[in-house]
This record gives sequence, C-alpha cells and structure tokens, in this order.
Amino acid sequence: MINLSINNLPVRVKKGSTILQAADKIGIRIPTLCHLELDCFTIENRMGSCRICVVEVEGRNNLAPACCTPVNEGMVVKTSTLRAINARRTMLDLILSDHPKDCLTCEKNGNCELQRLASEMDLHHLLYEGRQSKYDIDLACNAIVRDLDKCIMCRRCENACNNVQTVGILSGVGRGFEAVVGTPGLRPLSETKCVFCGQCVAACPVGALTEQNYKYNVWRALNNEKKHVVVQTAPAVRVAIGEEFGMAPGEIATGKLVAGLKLLGFDKVFDTDFAADLTIMEETTEFIDRLKKNENLPILTSCCPGWVKFLEHQFPELIYMPSSAKSPQQMFGAVAKSYYAEKMGLKPEDIVVVSVMPCLAKKYEASRSEFTRDGVPDVDIVISTRELADMFKEAGIHINKLEEQQFDSPLGESTGAGVIFGASGGVLEAALRTAADWLSGEDLKEFDFEEVRGLSGIRDTTVKVAGTDVKVAIASGLGNARKLLDRIKSGKAQYHAIEIMACPGGCLNGGGQPYIHGDTKILEKRKEAIYKADSGLSLRKSHQNPDVIKLYDEYLDKPGSKKAHELLHTHYTPRKNW
Amino acid sequence: MSCHCDEQKPQELNLIEEFPDKRKKLEEYIQSLDIGNNREKNRGLLIQSLHKAQDIFGYLPLCVQLFVADKLKLHLSEVYGVISFYSYFTDKPVGKYKIHVCTGTACFVKGAGAVLDEFKRYLNLEVGETSADRKFSLNSLRCVGACSLAPVVMVNDKVYGKVTAKMVPDIINECA
Repeated sequence: MINLSINNLPVRVKKGSTILQAADKIGIRIPTLCHLELDCFTIENRMGSCRICVVEVEGRNNLAPACCTPVNEGMVVKTSTLRAINARRTMLDLILSDHPKDCLTCEKNGNCELQRLASEMDLHHLLYEGRQSKYDIDLACNAIVRDLDKCIMCRRCENACNNVQTVGILSGVGRGFEAVVGTPGLRPLSETKCVFCGQCVAACPVGALTEQNYKYNVWRALNNEKKHVVVQTAPAVRVAIGEEFGMAPGEIATGKLVAGLKLLGFDKVFDTDFAADLTIMEETTEFIDRLKKNENLPILTSCCPGWVKFLEHQFPELIYMPSSAKSPQQMFGAVAKSYYAEKMGLKPEDIVVVSVMPCLAKKYEASRSEFTRDGVPDVDIVISTRELADMFKEAGIHINKLEEQQFDSPLGESTGAGVIFGASGGVLEAALRTAADWLSGEDLKEFDFEEVRGLSGIRDTTVKVAGTDVKVAIASGLGNARKLLDRIKSGKAQYHAIEIMACPGGCLNGGGQPYIHGDTKILEKRKEAIYKADSGLSLRKSHQNPDVIKLYDEYLDKPGSKKAHELLHTHYTPRKNW
Repeated sequence: MSCHCDEQKPQELNLIEEFPDKRKKLEEYIQSLDIGNNREKNRGLLIQSLHKAQDIFGYLPLCVQLFVADKLKLHLSEVYGVISFYSYFTDKPVGKYKIHVCTGTACFVKGAGAVLDEFKRYLNLEVGETSADRKFSLNSLRCVGACSLAPVVMVNDKVYGKVTAKMVPDIINECA
C-alpha cells in the first residue's frame, strides 16, 4: 500500500494506483476528458493525451496528468492550485480552438463531456482562435455517423475498437494538426470491416461519433394514414430508457414504455421478447439436432448482428457454426409481415415495422438484403433507445408519469426467457431452459442457470441438461469472443453451445443505450433489473409462450418446419478481413 | 438504407500477386524477424518491415499494407496509422527520381521557396505529386543536416548544394 496526501488529506491506496484513483477514493474529483475507465470490464483508456487532469506534485517541476501518473510513497499532490487551474483552462481553451461551437444543434447537446467541462471549469470566453479542422462527414453507412471536425483525439473510440472489440479499424492517422482518428485510407466505415457495434459511439465524449438518426422517418410513418405502423421493443430497452426520464437506474419501465409508445401513435405496440421466445424455439431445435447427431458443434448464437458480422469478416472458416436462426428483431419483422399481415388483412408493404433497439448494428442488420422479401424489408426503421427517448421528449411524453399499459396481442406476449436476452448469458440460459424440458419431457421446476449469468467477459461451465453434461461458454465483447474462438480453432477447448454478444455485458450495454459516461454501476443495475423482470413473470420458458404456440399451430407447423425455415432462418456470407 | 460493405475492391494493381519474387523477398525478411503472438512486440517490428516493403515495392499500397499487417498479426489500421505518420512512407506510387527540396529553416531563409516554386513550374507538379510517366516525384522535407550548403536539393541519394532557381533545368536534365 502507498500513503500520500492530496489537498492535505491523507490517502492510502494500492501500489500502482493513479493519482486520479487516489483522489476519487477521498471524494476529490479531478476533471478528465480522454480518460475512460469501465472497471467491471477492466477496460481503461489511459492515454494522458488531453492534459485536462493535470495536478501539482511537490518536488516535480512540471504538472502531472493525474489519470496516468502512478502514486509514490509520501507524494504530496495539490489538485486545485492556481497553476493547475490555469493550465487546465488553457488546455480546454486550446482544444476548443479547433472544435466547432455548434453545441445548440449538435447531436450530443446535453450529453457532451467537453460541453460539461467548459461549464464546470467556468470557461466563458475563449482566448485562442486558430485553424479549424475540416473533414467530410461520414454518412455512408446506416448505423454510425462520424463527424471528425468534432474529434478531440482522445482515442477512446480507438481503444474501444482495437483493444476492447479487436475489430481494429481505427487508428491515429497523420500527424500534427492534420492528425485525426480514422480508418485505413480514411475510407468510410461502410467500406471497412466495421461491425457497427457502436462501442466507439458509447465511448466518444463529444459529437464526433453518433448514431444515424431515423427519428424523422418514424414521425413520417406515424403521420401517414395509409400505413399500419407497429413497433417492437428489445428486452434491454425497458431497463434503460427510464434513466432518461429521472427514473433510477435499474427501475423496470416496461409498462410505462408501452404507454408512451401508444401515446406516440403506434397502431400496435409489440414486444421483441415474443420473437426472442420464437428464436429459442428454432435455435434450441437446431441445437438438440446437432447435439444428437454430434455434428457442427459448438452451436453459436446468432442474435447479435455485430457479432455475426465480426465472424463473417474475421473468422470466415467458422461460418458453419452459428445457428441459422434469424435474430429476434428479424424474426419479428418476418412474422409481422406474413402471419400478422394475413391475420389483419393487410398487405406487407402497407405495414411499417419500427424497432427500438439498444443497438446500432441492428440498423445495419435490418438493411441486409437477406431480410427483404419481394422488395419489402422485414424491418423498416430501427431507432435506438436514445432516439426513442428523444422522441418522447419532443412529444412531451414523460413516461415516468404515465400509467403502465400492456403490450398488444398477438406479438406482445412473452416469457422471462425472452427478457433475459438483454443480458450476457441470457440467450444461452433461455435455450437451456427449453432444451432441458424438451430433452427430459418434463416441465422442470429448477431452471435457473445462475452460473451462466454475469458481466465478466468470458464464462464457461458444464451444466446438466436432462442428465447430460453440456459444456457451454459465454463471451461478451468481441475481444473476448476472439479469445474464445481462437481456443476453439486451436482445439484447446471444446463446447456444445456458445453465446456471443458484441457489446461487453450484452445488449444492456449496447451502443444505442443511454450514455453511462463511465459509470458501470448503471450496468449492474440494468442487469439486476433484467433478471428481476424475468423472475417476476409467471411464464419463464419460451416454449410455454401461448402466442408462440398458437403461431406454430396456426401458421408455422412446428419448430424447424419448412415454413419456419423459410421465414425464420438465414445464412451467412464470408467477408473481406479489412 | 443499403450498405455496400463488401462490393468494394482495391482499385489498384495487386503488387503482391503480380510480383511473386518481390512477395517472397518481403515474406522471407519478415520471417527472419522474431514474430510471435505478442502484438506489442510485433508492433515494434512494424517500422522495419515497412521500410523493407517500401524498398522492395517502391511504395505501400493497400495490398502491401494488408500483407504486412497479416504477417505481423496487426490490424490494417495500425499499419496505416504508422504509414500516415511518417512522411518517409508513401502509399502512392513514386517517380524514378525523387526530388526533395529542403525547406528547413536555413534553406528557407536562403531561398528554398523560390527553388521549390521553380521545380513546381518546370515539372508542372504540386508538392507530393508524381509525374504521369512516373519519372519524377516532387517533395519538400525539413533539413538533411547540410545547412552550410543551403539551399539543398536531394535527387534520390544525390545532394545538390547552394541551389538557385536557375539550376533547376540542369538538375532535371541530369536525370537521364
């Protein structure tokens, strides 16, 4: 342990701690900008590039960046001397000299860490005027927008892309004033192996990285009387959207969310959890089939479009492994424009399916050509949790004040197994619940697979499913997925089933969720909320969803049937690895 | 709403496929380095590998960057980041004669600006460009350590000192 003093207060911290961590321990907040620490995933960006966190250290001539200066025994630190304050203001002033001042119309207005710093540091007029960087805005893909004029070179996105996700498309490009974070050859994201997970967007402190916003498309659809507009909301949305309306992190907002969507004017408010149950029916059927034949194992989950695209680019040799089942979003779209359309006497092209997703890759997924039938996309518009919150705000809908309402029938009924899709480990657990019942032919009373839950990057365990040992693994975060896949490729590990989610912690930490600004306690709360929502439901196994059973009876025949394959399954395409 | 991620092909000639002997040379060089699975360590071998690659191929187009990235188990973005940082590396084809006009402080005050302008005029090239016949590339650099000879011009490895605008045609004519 190391003893030091900060602002004359004694503090004792572990060796290797930084001044920033020591100060935090005694409640002294040192401003930071490029620094980002997500402790529950041991993710850290410690570039020390912005110099906003400088402090005075006795006996040291220059100022020390608190985020990356380790503490020493007997160190005497002062965080708020005039010299430190002036240096920070100068740094901020210089950063702002090459930053657009269009805060009022910026996508990140109100959520920008640079904006917050300028306010906290009492910076009200700028001393430096200089050249402004000018780059073309990258609008070419339908998930992420990059406006590099706003980039402050903190490199948080680069850390997220290269180290956390190991997608590896971003790096510092050029030098001096011309330096910027970019892709190889400064190509648009759409021409790279970007998987659109949006972790760069979640990491960006400013408005340089944002989602492609489709709010206006939704407004237009809602105001088009010729269209029947239905909405589906993903499991992770209900445990996060409340944060935007003053609800405590971890408060489940399902009923209020439904009420808000009805007020916005959707004709029907449905639940992606219904389609999650449907996914489990198909995926588990496929899993049991492979397990019995002992071939093409392990089966990999295929719900996460970021992960699927990652596999297509970086592990094309394993392309036979994922389940052919479509993701819940796409199953929902396919069912809405066939079964539901027929039931309602509507033409598929007259239905608009809007998805609310915690995810940016879902925007890309919906545009994949496989998910279109006769020129009609299964899912028309995808908005993120953040975008829906914005729409509620624009419409003056404060969901926290609304009476709870129920999802509509017939695509609104779901089980606890559908809800847990929102957390890492959830899809696997949902599949295990159904597999255990199907293999044993019983309605088992013990079906909580606690050992597969958690936020840690890789978990593996052996679970008993109807007397059989099933080896399973879970990875969240693509860097962890890579480690797991490398182990499988080299034959060092063998599993029967693996769940992979692109975002660390799963969808609850998706690239489209309300910003957490490094506060990982929020993620813990969202996770707890997901499992609380699951245990609060009377039906907790996908195959017991009455509307799913009805869908098979009336339309699809049985899981794995010809009709089910036609509507609910897909295929994957090897892609270039750059 | 469509995303054309995968239709994009590099438009340029694939030097790695076109020149198997050059490819082999680069491959052998990289194999002689101690490449392991430690990315941090491999990153330390990147610059020398790029030097070799540029020696062999003349420049570093996408296909060569991909080849080096693959052999060193690095992301293409890391390779491109390094290439874009060092002015020595280029991802564009360069001319047979690489003309570098020093615009460091000493050369600049001694009139390097006028010399550079004359090269630009005479060759009809901007700084950083290569002539259509791939004969000449024009670049500026900062200081070659021969300030007593300012202004200095280098053509490949040859150094010209105390250059004036009038000498420009002769220097170019010397490039047979």
